[in-house]
Amino acid sequence: MSYISLTDSDREAMLAAIGVASVEELFRDIPDGVRLRRELELPRALSEAELQRHLEELAARNVADEVCFLGAGIYDHHVPAVVDAILQRGELLTAYTPYQPEMSQGVLQAIFEYQTAICELTGMDVSNASGYDGTTVAADACYVAKHATGRTRVVVTEATNPQVRQVVKTYAPGFGLEVVEVPHEQGATDPDHLREVSADAAAVLFQHPNFFGCLEPAAELAAAANDAGALPIAHVDLVSLGVLAPPGSYGCAMAIGEGQSAGNAMSYGGPHFGFLAARGDLVRRLPGRIVGETVDTAGERGFVLTLQTREQHIRREKATSNITTNQTLLALAGLVHLSLLGPQGLRELGETCLALGGYAKSRLVDAGLELAFPDRHTFKEFVVRTGRDAREALQSARANGIYAGYPLGRDYAGLDDSLLVAVTEKRTVAEIDRLAEALGS
Amino acid sequence: MNLIYEKSQAGRRGLKVPRPDLPVPELPEEHRRDVPPRLPELSEPEVLRHFTALSTRNFGIDTGFYPLGSCTMKYNPRINERLVGLPGFAGLHPLVEDDAAQGALELEWELQGILRELTGLDAVSLQPAAGSQGELTGLMLFHAYFADRGEDATRRKIVIPDTAHGTNPASVTMAGYELTPVKTDPRGNIDLDDLRGKVDEGTAGLMLTNPSTLGLFDENIEEIARIFHGAGALMYYDGANLNAVCGISRPGDMGFDVVHINLHKTFSQPHGGGGPGGGPIAVRHILEPFLPVPVVARDESGFRLDFDRPKSIGRVRAFSGPFGVFVRSYAFMRAWGPALTEMSEVAVLNANYLLARLKDAYELPFDRLCMHEFVLSARALKREHGVAAVDVAKRLMDYGFHPPTVYFPLVVPEALMIEPTETEAKETLDAFADAMLAIVREAAESPELLHEAPHDRPVRRLDEVRAAKQPVLRYAFGDVTNEGLPESVQARFNDEREIA
Repeated sequence: MSYISLTDSDREAMLAAIGVASVEELFRDIPDGVRLRRELELPRALSEAELQRHLEELAARNVADEVCFLGAGIYDHHVPAVVDAILQRGELLTAYTPYQPEMSQGVLQAIFEYQTAICELTGMDVSNASGYDGTTVAADACYVAKHATGRTRVVVTEATNPQVRQVVKTYAPGFGLEVVEVPHEQGATDPDHLREVSADAAAVLFQHPNFFGCLEPAAELAAAANDAGALPIAHVDLVSLGVLAPPGSYGCAMAIGEGQSAGNAMSYGGPHFGFLAARGDLVRRLPGRIVGETVDTAGERGFVLTLQTREQHIRREKATSNITTNQTLLALAGLVHLSLLGPQGLRELGETCLALGGYAKSRLVDAGLELAFPDRHTFKEFVVRTGRDAREALQSARANGIYAGYPLGRDYAGLDDSLLVAVTEKRTVAEIDRLAEALGS
Repeated sequence: MNLIYEKSQAGRRGLKVPRPDLPVPELPEEHRRDVPPRLPELSEPEVLRHFTALSTRNFGIDTGFYPLGSCTMKYNPRINERLVGLPGFAGLHPLVEDDAAQGALELEWELQGILRELTGLDAVSLQPAAGSQGELTGLMLFHAYFADRGEDATRRKIVIPDTAHGTNPASVTMAGYELTPVKTDPRGNIDLDDLRGKVDEGTAGLMLTNPSTLGLFDENIEEIARIFHGAGALMYYDGANLNAVCGISRPGDMGFDVVHINLHKTFSQPHGGGGPGGGPIAVRHILEPFLPVPVVARDESGFRLDFDRPKSIGRVRAFSGPFGVFVRSYAFMRAWGPALTEMSEVAVLNANYLLARLKDAYELPFDRLCMHEFVLSARALKREHGVAAVDVAKRLMDYGFHPPTVYFPLVVPEALMIEPTETEAKETLDAFADAMLAIVREAAESPELLHEAPHDRPVRRLDEVRAAKQPVLRYAFGDVTNEGLPESVQARFNDEREIA
């Protein structure tokens, strides 16, 4: 294969036009002391056929064919074929950020439609064009809250995804933020406890359904935050929002989350997209691209990147964020999937996850296992006690071709015996029966 | 063209969902959604057609020449799209035990090795999601390094030249540092006199793009490194322009301590209309203990994710990074092999050829050979004919080209920043140069042609001021005021002053 298009005679003609004798001369401004005067020590070049074989061999060394009950933030949902077809359209795949709107109406309109879908799902007024993933949008949201409230403490529930909490903590010192965690009680957050620690907080960040799959008393958590003058931020799963109330309906200031569930393969963790939606009064503090509707000189509707005075290329050190490249193509995948589902399909998807999750819980209980939080309602995911070290249980189930879940001991004290089990619409009754058999034995 | 919501018909369906014959557990009433989201209702063929129609209103590298400066719009090999979709990659959950991800971890390990060789540095974190996040991560490493030495409280300043990408100063603020700007000299290098007065024991480091956004290699880079390292400060390399120097000159050899690599620029991850990207960082050994977790490690039992890094700054995004981006970039690097040097040579040859063809017709603010890109000024056209850089850009669309970057870098008035990349043919470069020269003639003869351009795109020039003043940021479903948004939402927008 060759990715360059010049012939030898092209090169000669071009060097002559430039007025240099050799390509080497083009680099004369680089001091000799910093020139690399040897060949790069890289593995030899591969032809396309060799490249495919090499990557196929690497891919074959992964184990991606066990029945997947692993979730914990990334889920084995079906990705419709139409998503792949759209994402391979070169006009969309190989375009840059739409700085020139006349060349980019396709992407701009798609982002406008995406923003609309995110607002509809979350019950928020505005959405940006995407963030990196479900962890970084949490840090972004805390930064928005800091500037909106003038406060410097953020409260995060312990039942929020551990990686989300870790990223918020990594960003916090630079942002001038202090992070306080509120422990869970029997798998969910106690609103009274949250209320106690929320005084003077800039934001209260909670996940709902939380990391354990349990429904939080979301409205009460949001109320506790609002009463304290803190911005409530809900970290949610798009796929849950066909059946669960949207964060806007229970008083949240922002709704954020990992968008992978919509239209994106698991792909060992990325690239996916994070979404960030907010109340209208926060719009000029939001990070990242935002697309707006306008008209052209002939009065026709068109779309542009807007409110750019928030952004780094205009505002530099006073920008609301440094984000530039985002996750537009993956957000488009989400939009295509959601457009195929429609409101009815999204509700059915949620119901199927609920139904299969309910069946899985009852089968595991029948098989002699205990639910860790039996009194909680759950969505798509739940915690089961395996009666032994959860990693051992995981490995023995894997011997039967079942990847049974996520061992919680690495993130939560007292849950060494517990697995977080995810059940998407792709799982079948027969697979769940195999899970129960594998973990019950 | 109608929005997908305007094509919606109640009751139409696009995708069937499995419906097992099981009871659906009842949710408590306070959790139930009572108003369905107004997602579009379309059949599958209608959805496909809608997005296909959108794609025809867009322009990518596959469509034509896209010389957008500093963005490195090169060909994106299609084999890479096939490879990223292999079931062993696409279907792999990121939280599987390491033994189930040996192929993925080996790929990440190999990619780290290639990046070490290309940058001349010692250790790599693949985690950052994009260049901007690489910058922020690098600055966090600065903090951690100086904190470890008891100097973090006193070293507060980051030096950045006035030619820098806006992300650099934005990252400085987000990392809790203070910005010290430094000027550019008449040759387009950092002004050393200005610099010497600004670097002292309060300086944490430098952020520099080299070659700069002017497309010029800083001829004094060795002296710059002596100034910073002499003051005990660190140096950060913004790798946005690495396409100029792969195998030619390595940031580590120039003296940089941290580098981010834009996998979506130099290593051909498709830009996707704005993303995804990949922004791995490579660091000198003194910074390795502070790298984000996890790090890919290798021992006798194979590859694993190492979380046991007590001095780590922590995690900057989920999992080990955007794996699909790694697959594409690794494949791109393996397709080139050691000849990767030629990639940069041809990128620089193409840029200098275009420059040679254009420099008599447009002003060249710094008359030197360029690297992979160059910056022209349309200042004379503006003065003489009232034609601005934006008009040149819009007129190029009529000729079938994506415009260059305009009005950046800020130090050049009416800037046109042109980066052809290595993948373009000479005929393409000639056709673009011919168009640029024709536009100069048109500016004199019929400037209205430029002012009114573009003429055959799906839309004419758009009113960006209106978009910002009366924000319409979502479809309103007919539930509208004159401004196109529900009244309650409009009121909230108007509530908030512009941030000072």
